[in-house]
Amino acid sequence: MSENKKIQPQMSVEVAGLKLKNPIMPASGTFGYGEEYAPYLDLNQLGAVVTKGMSLNPKAGNNTPRICETVSGMLNAIGLQNVGVDAFIKHKMAYLEQYDTPVIVNFFGNTQDEYGEVAARLDDVPGVSALEMNISCPNVKHGGIVFGTDPAAAFEVVSLVRKRTSKPLIVKLTPNVTDIQITARAAEEAGADALSLINTLTGMAVDVKTRKPRLANTIGGLSGPAIRPIAVRLVHQVVQAVKVPVIGIGGISRAMDALEFLIVGAKAVQVGTANFVDPNAMATIIADLEQFCCEEGIADINELIGSLEL
Amino acid sequence: MKNIKTIVLSNQEISPGYFRMKILSPGYCESAQPGQFVMFRVQRSLPPLLRRPFGIFRAGFLPADCDDMPAKEFIEIIYKVVGSGTEIMEGLHHGDPVELLGPLGEGFDLGAPEEEKILVGGGIGLVPLYMLAEKMVENSKVRLLMGGRTRDDIITVTEFERLGVETYVSTEDGSLGEEGLVTRVLERKLDKYPNAAVFACGPMPMIEAVQKICDSRGTSLQVSLEALMACGVGACLGCVVKGEGHSDAEPRYLCTCTSGPVFRAEELNWEKEAANNSECGGCK
Ligand SMILES: Cc1cc2nc3c(=O)[nH]c(=O)nc-3n(C[C@H](O)[C@H](O)[C@H](O)COP(=O)(O)OP(=O)(O)OC[C@H]3O[C@@H](n4cnc5c(N)ncnc54)[C@H](O)[C@@H]3O)c2cc1C
Ligand SMILES: Cc1cc2nc3c(=O)[nH]c(=O)nc-3n(C[C@H](O)[C@H](O)[C@H](O)COP(=O)(O)O)c2cc1C
Ligand code: FES
Repeated sequence: MSENKKIQPQMSVEVAGLKLKNPIMPASGTFGYGEEYAPYLDLNQLGAVVTKGMSLNPKAGNNTPRICETVSGMLNAIGLQNVGVDAFIKHKMAYLEQYDTPVIVNFFGNTQDEYGEVAARLDDVPGVSALEMNISCPNVKHGGIVFGTDPAAAFEVVSLVRKRTSKPLIVKLTPNVTDIQITARAAEEAGADALSLINTLTGMAVDVKTRKPRLANTIGGLSGPAIRPIAVRLVHQVVQAVKVPVIGIGGISRAMDALEFLIVGAKAVQVGTANFVDPNAMATIIADLEQFCCEEGIADINELIGSLEL
Repeated sequence: MKNIKTIVLSNQEISPGYFRMKILSPGYCESAQPGQFVMFRVQRSLPPLLRRPFGIFRAGFLPADCDDMPAKEFIEIIYKVVGSGTEIMEGLHHGDPVELLGPLGEGFDLGAPEEEKILVGGGIGLVPLYMLAEKMVENSKVRLLMGGRTRDDIITVTEFERLGVETYVSTEDGSLGEEGLVTRVLERKLDKYPNAAVFACGPMPMIEAVQKICDSRGTSLQVSLEALMACGVGACLGCVVKGEGHSDAEPRYLCTCTSGPVFRAEELNWEKEAANNSECGGCK
C-alpha cells in the first residue's frame, strides 16, 4: 500500500449486547476449551471464544472412527463428548477468564429439562459472556426428533431456556430443515437474542472395499469449505426473516469467505474446520479483513454488514 | 509446539512405495522427543483439506552454509504412499512449501538405563523407533525386531545397526530375514532376555499380539498408536482410544494426539480396542 494516511478501520461489532473486538470467533467443537489453541494463537485477538458443547452430565461420545475426510470437507460424529457443565465451570472457565475476550459457552440437552438446567447452572458464572444453544440434538422424550427440525419443539425449548438465563442467548440453527426461516422465526419469538448458523449438514460416506460406513455412527455432520455456499444461502435467508443479529458459520477459511457472510448480513462469523487445517487461521482472517477494509477505504466494518447489492 | 511454514529439502523413494522426506525444521533438534509426531500440511491449496500425521524419524543439523551462520535444523519423516495425501507428497521436491505443526503428543518414556530394550517395528511403524534408539543406545543394550510382509517393507535397518542396535529382520513371505511374524521373534527374545522392556509400533494386529505376549509375561510395554486425526492438538476429539477401565457406563476416552500417540500398555483398554480399530489395522 502506498497511501500515506493509512486508515485504521474500526473492526468491532456488537452482537446480542456483546461488544466484540472484531467479528471473528471459533465455532463450537473445533476449538476445544480455548486452551488447546493458545500455543498457536493469542486468544486476546479474537472477537470471542466459543467453547465445546456442554451437557448437564459428562458425555462419552461415539465409538471410533469419528471423523472422515471428504472432498473439501470432513464428516464428524464425535457424539458431543464433553466434561459436563459442572466440571467445565470448575476446571475450564478459570483459564479463559485470564483473557480479555468474551466467552460464549455452547450447550445442549437430551430433554427440555436438561437444556434448562444447564442454562441455569451457567447463569451465575461470572466469566460466561453469553450462551449458545445447540438445538441440533435429538429430543429423547419425543422419539429422538431433533429439536431444531421441529419449529414447535424449538420454540418450546428456547422459551424454557430463556426463562432460566439472564445471559445473552444465541440459538444455533441446524441446516437440516426444509425451510430455515420457520425455525429462525420460532427461535426469535421464543426470546433468542441472536441466531447462529449453520451447524453441520448431515452426511455419510462408505468405504467401498469393506462396504462399511466410514463413521462408526454411520451418519455424521459435514463441515468445511464444501458447505460454504449452502451456509451463505441460509444466512442470507435467515437475515431476511428475523430482526435479531445473525452469526454466520460454515466453511470459512479465509477473509474472503468471512466477507461473504458479512455482506449478506451476518454481524459476526465463526470459523470451524479451518482451525484444524491452520491453527492460526483466525489470526490471518482478522489481519486480512482489516487489510481488505484499508484497501477498499472502509472506515468501519459495520458498513459492510448487510451491504449485499441485489 | 508451533506451526512453521517451511520447505522440503529432499524427498526420495527408499523402497517401493516408501519415501523419505527431509524438511527444514527450525527448533526441532531441541524440542522433538522420541515418539512425537507432526501434522503435515501437504500443500497450501486444497485438496487435501486436513493435515496428515507423521512420526518424526530423526532430527538433525545440516552442514553450516558458512562458518558464522548457525547450522540449520531439519527433520526427516518416512511415509508409505497409501492415499490422496501421500500421493501428492510423493511428487514434492526440494524447495516446495509445506507446513509443519509440531512436535506434538507424548513420546516414549526412555525407561531405566540398565534395562535391556527391545524395539518392535512393523513396516512403517519403525519410524518413531529410530529417535528412541538414538537416545537409548547411549546407556542401554538395544535390540530391534523389524517385521514386514515382504522385503520391501524392511526399511532403514542398516541405520539402526550403525547406531549399535542389534537387529533381527523377519518377513511374512520369507523374502528377507526369517520367515514369519515378528511376534514369534519377540517371544524368543523375551525367553532369552526376560527382563527387557518392549517398545512397539506397527499395524494394530501386531500391536495387539505384542500386548498379549508382554501381558502374559509381565513385560513392560509402551506402544505407539495411529488414529484418524483432524486437529492433532486435542480440540476435535476425533482421535480417541478407549482407556483402561473404560465401560459404557463409565467411558474413559483418551486422545491419541495429546495423551499419546505413545501409551503404556496398562493405560489402554485392550479387549474393546480390538473390535474398534480392526479397520485401521487392516489398511496397512
Ligand atoms: C501419530 C501418527 C504417526 C504416524 N506416522 C506415520 C509415519 O511415520 N509414516 C507413515 O507412512 N504413516 C504414518 N502415520 C499414518 C499416516 O498419517 C497416514 O498414512 C496418512 O495420513 C495417509 O494419508 P493419505 O491422504 O495418503 O491417505 P487417505 O486414506 O487418502 O487419507 C484419508 C484420511 O484418513 C487419514 N488416514 C489414513 N490412514 C491413516 C492412518 N493409518 N493413520 C491415521 N490417519 C490415517 C488421513 O490422515 C486422512 O485424514 C501416522 C499416523 C499417526 C496417527
Ligand atoms: C469436530 C467437530 C465438532 C463439533 N462440535 C460441535 C459442538 O459441540 N456443538 C455445536 O454446536 N457445533 C459443533 N460443531 C459444528 C461447528 O461448530 C460448525 O457449526 C460447523 O462445523 C460448520 O462450520 P465449519 O464449516 O467452519 O466447520 C462441530 C464441528 C466439528 C467439525
Ligand atoms: S486429533 Fe483432534 S483431538 Fe486428537
